[in-house]
Order: sequence, then structure tokens, then C-alpha cells
Amino acid sequence: MLRFILTRLSLIIPTFIGITLVAFFLIRLVPGDPIETMAGERGIDAARHEQLKKDFGLDRPLIVQYGYYIERVLHGDLGKSIVTRETVLNEFQSLFPATVELALCAIIFALLVGIPAGIIAAVRRNSIFDHGVMGISLTGYSMPIFWWGLILILLFSVQLGWTPVSGRIDVLYYIEPVTGFLLIDSWFSEDEGAFLSAVGHLILPTIVLGTQPLATIARMTRSAMLEVLGEDYIRTAKAKGLSRFRVIFLHALRNALIPVVTVIGLQIGVLFTGAILTETIFSWPGIGKWLIEAIFRRDYPVLQGGLLLVGAIVMSVNLLVDLTYGFINPRIRHNR
Amino acid sequence: MKKSALLAAVCVPAFLAAAPLAAKTLVYCSEGSPENFYPGVNTTGTSFDASTQIYSRVVEFERGGTQVQPGLAEKWDISEDGKVYTFHLRKGVKWHSNKNFKPTRDMNADDIVFMFERQWKQDNPYFKVTSPNHSYFDDMGMPKLLKSVEKVDPYTVKVTLNQPEAPFLADLAMEFAAVQSKEYADAMLKAGTPEKIDQEPIGTGPFYLVQYQKDATIRYKAFPEYYGGKAKIDDLVFAITPDASVRWAKLQKGECHVMPYPNPADLEAMKKDPNVTVLEQAGLNVGYLAYNTQKKPFDDVRVRKALNMAMNKKAIVDAVYLSSGVPAKNPIPPSMWSYNDAVKDDPFDPEAAKKLLAEAGYPNGFETDLWAMPVQRPYNPNGKRVAELMQADLAKIGVKAEIKTYEWGEYRKRLQAGESQMGQMGWTGDNGDPDNFLHTLLGCDSAKGVSGSNIAKFCYKPFDDLVTKAKVTSDQKQRTELYKQAQVIFKEQAPWFTVAHAVQLKPVRKEVVDFKLSPFGRHTFYGVDIKGK
Repeated sequence: MLRFILTRLSLIIPTFIGITLVAFFLIRLVPGDPIETMAGERGIDAARHEQLKKDFGLDRPLIVQYGYYIERVLHGDLGKSIVTRETVLNEFQSLFPATVELALCAIIFALLVGIPAGIIAAVRRNSIFDHGVMGISLTGYSMPIFWWGLILILLFSVQLGWTPVSGRIDVLYYIEPVTGFLLIDSWFSEDEGAFLSAVGHLILPTIVLGTQPLATIARMTRSAMLEVLGEDYIRTAKAKGLSRFRVIFLHALRNALIPVVTVIGLQIGVLFTGAILTETIFSWPGIGKWLIEAIFRRDYPVLQGGLLLVGAIVMSVNLLVDLTYGFINPRIRHNR
Repeated sequence: MKKSALLAAVCVPAFLAAAPLAAKTLVYCSEGSPENFYPGVNTTGTSFDASTQIYSRVVEFERGGTQVQPGLAEKWDISEDGKVYTFHLRKGVKWHSNKNFKPTRDMNADDIVFMFERQWKQDNPYFKVTSPNHSYFDDMGMPKLLKSVEKVDPYTVKVTLNQPEAPFLADLAMEFAAVQSKEYADAMLKAGTPEKIDQEPIGTGPFYLVQYQKDATIRYKAFPEYYGGKAKIDDLVFAITPDASVRWAKLQKGECHVMPYPNPADLEAMKKDPNVTVLEQAGLNVGYLAYNTQKKPFDDVRVRKALNMAMNKKAIVDAVYLSSGVPAKNPIPPSMWSYNDAVKDDPFDPEAAKKLLAEAGYPNGFETDLWAMPVQRPYNPNGKRVAELMQADLAKIGVKAEIKTYEWGEYRKRLQAGESQMGQMGWTGDNGDPDNFLHTLLGCDSAKGVSGSNIAKFCYKPFDDLVTKAKVTSDQKQRTELYKQAQVIFKEQAPWFTVAHAVQLKPVRKEVVDFKLSPFGRHTFYGVDIKGK
């Protein structure tokens, strides 16, 4: 097991270097620079432009800038935003909990609905339920997030008035961030209504962000289950007279879950991408929106630092998934 | 108790939607997060809106207008030669306080001097804090204009200019001239965190900052000791909502009271909603197509005139701006003083255009480029579409225009360098003074070099004489006359095809009382009230 973990860990270093390279050079390929963008319509005269470039260290050759950047990263310094002058780490810390809260709710929603739907669809193969689940999940998978979000807002918030339109909590509740996770902070706040409001604000974004992973997970669970249910050992189990429940949940599901876990791991990346749009529609103060804005404003330090941190998180989650395989299926950890 | 709350949350979401509104809280659905709270280095309306509630300025624009009125200065004297301004400051103006800092004194001359020096003197310890790029201070020509700024006594400041400059007072009412506390600045410098004064600001304005959560909310409370009297509302909240459709949904539901920048497509529904009023005003802006007057064939006024007549302005405005724009005939908007309504726009007349073009030696037309704005602006909501319509009209008189565009920063830089033959651009006024359009965009000074904002490179002496004279005349009546004449010359010389002035549309809920549109596009909430709370 240790060797398995070490092998996986050793892959992290080249991936990390790859991310820094991509984050650093890709944004610099985009025309325009942060100083031009800051100046807006007004423009900026050439001398001042040069001076500012110097102040921000953008006048040095790219490779030198990259060297400095890596050096700072190794010292744990991700730099300061060119636009706000806040440190990248501070901004990340203040926004990240919002993204995690939403992503967790979305993935829990996707699992709670997706796995049972997949199992039932597999067990009742070719039934109306099966066709229904597959049809709906295909629709869910191909739904443009922006459109889906607006439709839900128009229906549930504006027409029916069941849910709030956007934001994380009603603006009238004044919650001082402690953990940054509003569900937790509002739970411990004096205000009873604050927690309710936070939950209410989570409903629509959770559904919107969870829809695509849900569809993927449901389809994956169904096909994995179908495959396992056709195996000899399941037939043997059935022949031994085990209850249908034991066969499905104890014997079949555990093996069927392996590909599903892989997919769940991959969904983390999908969640981050989806978060960009979901956060914009629901005015959700998370890192997706933060990164998009950094691209528009050519805020190099934010983009580099943000991508690096997101990259690190996605890698950690995938490592965790790899380790989970080993746990679920011993064959993987012994496979040298 | 909380468990049951959770249950209720899951089962009865309808219950959640209606949170009770606290007394006199106004919620503004703003479009984005501010860069920081120091308008001296900002250029975006989003940042200005966030900080303007907090600060006061030496002089202020009247609410909803462009007239300058007393602010931190109660009154002022201007010397005969127009070069010395003596400001007499108000006494007893209190500063806000926050967890880092409790002020020990009222606002005084030191603070005013600090406002100037922070942006002007490179050796000021605050010059580079947050950003060394004091865009507006530089753009309004302050570094060249200012000779000295002196504290005469604690409540008198004397500003001496190098030459007379009529728009100077209006400049000081702009956002960049917000007055910060010198005492707070000194304290934060000592503590080694100078940037705090721009992130956790202290001002003398009608609202103080309570909390800012990036991309979520900005909370303010009315400052009871504001020199103009406490605001009518108690709390002001900016709910940051980047998407226009979502802002509209929130406004409909009463989750916010005022929203900026509606989607043109939603306007119909907004106007029909019984709970919403859509306020309208032509903004201080202009969208135009500049002919490069120093490049062939546009160095010939007949060619420029011909093209002006060949393009169907009304069709462009109707098709692209919908109800959010009005056709422009002058380079300054109709809401600005000295607007010359007697000027006649060039008629849309392709036949006459063809004839004029033949006279100028181009009977078969010519080939040219046509630069389309790559970004969306109120004064030009869709540069590409506008360019296509222009291209089609020009083709009818034999002018083949090739549409070009670049990334925005690059686009502007190249236009300013004079690379285009015809290029779209626009302008939003800064200080409500015609000088800010006519001299800044069309004067000889800004036609020089490779970065001036005169992208038509239009330098015509009779015009330039008028706008330069108006700049140094302090009598407004005389200035009005000069600017009116300048607009006549502008039309004769046709350095631009003036396209449109964007109309500012602001959906506001009916319970909001006395919200006034700012010609500068600012959203200020002092003086605004909420009915029935």
C-alpha cells in the first residue's frame, strides 16, 4: 500500500510543474496586459505604461519572470492581485469556502439521487423507469447550465416564489464569517432565520451544479451494475438463495462502485468548471467567478495562484480517489 | 429547535423566500465587486459607486446634475487671473471610525492637502500605495496644472495653478478627488499597513462601511454625524449580482430596490411591471466613428461629409440600440450645458454623397478599413453590428470598407496611434464640462503623439482656438457661446460621424422615493428614502 501511495505521489511533481507552466504562459499569450486593461477607455501614455510595467516586474524577460514566480511559489508566496492589491491567498481563502460548500452540496445531491436511480434502472432493466431515468439523465447531461439556472430562477423564484433568486443568504442577515461555510456560521449565529435562509439560497444552485454529475453518475451506476449483475458469482449467489437485497447491495454494488468512484473523482473537475457559470448566475461569491474576472482583467498573479490552488485540490481529490480504489478493490493495490 | 428548522427548510422552501425586511434598508443590486475603496486609482463605475457613498469631496456635484456646489469647502474665492483658488473649509466635519482606527480630530486642511499630494508628489509615502496609476488625476491634467497646494490655516487651503483652467472646480467634484483622512493614513503607515486605508476606508461621507465580502455584499450604515444631516435610510446594502437577468429577477421579487444596466430585452416587461418604475435620462456620453483626418482620403473634408451622408444613422440606432440610445448630431450630449441644438445634422442622402465623393475625385469610391469596437459599451452596445450596417451603407456609394478589430487594449492603443482610417470609439464624460469632450477628444493637444484621445487626429485651428479660449475663460456665459460656435465648426469639418448617445435606464421599485439619476452614471443613495417602512 505504501508503495502504491508513493508511486501516486511521485506523479504529482511533474503535474504541478505542468500547471505552473500552463498557468504562467497561457495567460501571457492573450493579447493585452493588466496595465492596459486597468486604463480602460482612457488609455495610458507610453512612459507611464513602461513605468508601471517595471513596478509590477512585467518588463523582465518571460523566463526570468517565471523563475521569480516559481521561487516565490516555493516559499509559499502566491503574490498580490494587481487589481485589488490583496494577497492571492487571502482572496482565495475568503472565496473558497463558498465554492466548496456549493460543490459538496451538489455532489451529495448527485450521489443521493444518481446512485439509487442508476441501481433501480439496472435492476428493472427496460422498464419504464429505466427508460425514464436514461432519458432524463441524457437531457440533464446536455443542459446548458446558464439556461437551466435562469429557467429554475424564473420558475421557482419569480413565478412560484418558493426560493430566493440569488446570493448565499438574505442580505438582511449579517453573519461575520468564521469558517466561511455559511451553513456552519449561520447555524451557530444568534439568528434563527439565518440558517434557514442559507439553506434556501443553496437549493437552486445545488440543483443546477449537481445536474450534470447526477446524470453522469446515474448512467455510470446503471451500466456498471448491469455488467456486474450478469457475472457468474451473482448467479451463484442468487442460486444459493440469498435475498435479492443482499445480492444487489452487498455483492453487486460494491464491485459496481469502482468505475462510479472514478467518475465521481473526475466530477470534481466538472464541478469546478460548472461552478464558474453557476456562481455567475446565482451571484455566488466563489472562486469560479474570481478566476473568470482575473482573466478579463489580466490579473496574472490571481490567475496563476488560483489555478495552482485549484489544480492542487483536484489532484488531491484524485489521489484520494485512487486510494479509495485500493480500499474497495484489493486487486488494484496489489497490482505492481 | 434547529433540527426542526432544518426539516422546515427541506420541506417548505416556500417559507424561506419571504424574509422580513428590516426598517429602512435599501438594497442595490450592483453589477460587480469594486477593485478597492480608493477612487484615486480606479477607473470603473463599479468601484466609484462603492466608494462614493463613503467619501466627501472639496466641492460636490448637485444630486442628479452637473452643477458644482459646496462640499467640504463651504465657499471659495478665485483670483482675478483665474489662477489662485482659496477654499474655506467647513468646521466640525466628523470622520467615520472602524476597528483599526478612532479619529481624534475633525476634517481639516491637512486632509485636503493629503488628497492632492498623494496623487501628485511621487515622494509622498502614499503615492505608490495600492497603485501608482492615478488615472483621473493625470488625465484631468493635474500634474501640469498644479503649481502649489498650501495650507493657509487649519480651515483654509490655497491652490495655485500654472494657468487659468475653467473646469478646475468641476474636476475637484470628481470621484478621484475624494478626501481621505491624513491622520488615518499616518497611523496605518506607522503600523506598516498603509494599504488598509484603501481597503477598510474611513471618510466623511453620508454612509460608513460596515462589511465588504468580495463578490457577495457591501454593507453600509448611515453616518449619524454626516455634515449634511443623517441619510433617510438606515442601512444600505449592495448585493453584488453580475448577471442582468438575475438582477431583474431580484428586483421583481423585491430582493433589491434599484438595479443598474438592465438587459434591453427585459425593458418591455419592466415597463409593464406595476411595482417598478423605469427612470430614463440621456447620459453624458457619445458613440462615434472617427475619420482619421491625417490619412488619405479622409484629409479631404468633402470625403468625410460624403460618408456622413451615406450612412443611415436612424436605422443603426433603431436596429442596435433599441430604446437605449438616441441619434447624436453633436459631439456633446443634449443634457450638457452649451449643447447647440441649432446645429443641423447631415441628412441621410446617398445620392448627394455620391456626387460629393465624385467632386472630391473618387467617382468610383475607394477602399478603406473600418474598425469595430470589440467591447460592449452603453454608447455602443454592439460594435460589430454597427460596423456591418455602416459597411452595407457605404457599399452603396462605392466605398468598400473592410471591418477590423483587435483585443480592446490593443484596439485602443492602435487607434490612438492613428493606425486606422475609420474607427469606432466613444466617450463618457468625467466632470460634466464641455471641455472634457471638445478639448479632450478634438483639440490639437490630444491629436499629437501616439497616445492622445483625439483619434480623428483632428487639429483645425479655428476650432482649437475656440475650445482653448473657453478653457481659460471663467465666465460661463462666454464659454457657452464659444462652445456653441465650436459645435458649428465641428459639423462643417466632420471629423466624426456621430452615432448615438446612450440613454441611461434605471429600473427602480415603486417604494423607493427620490432616487435621482446621475448624469455621470453614479448611483448615490444619500437623500433617497423608502416608503411605508
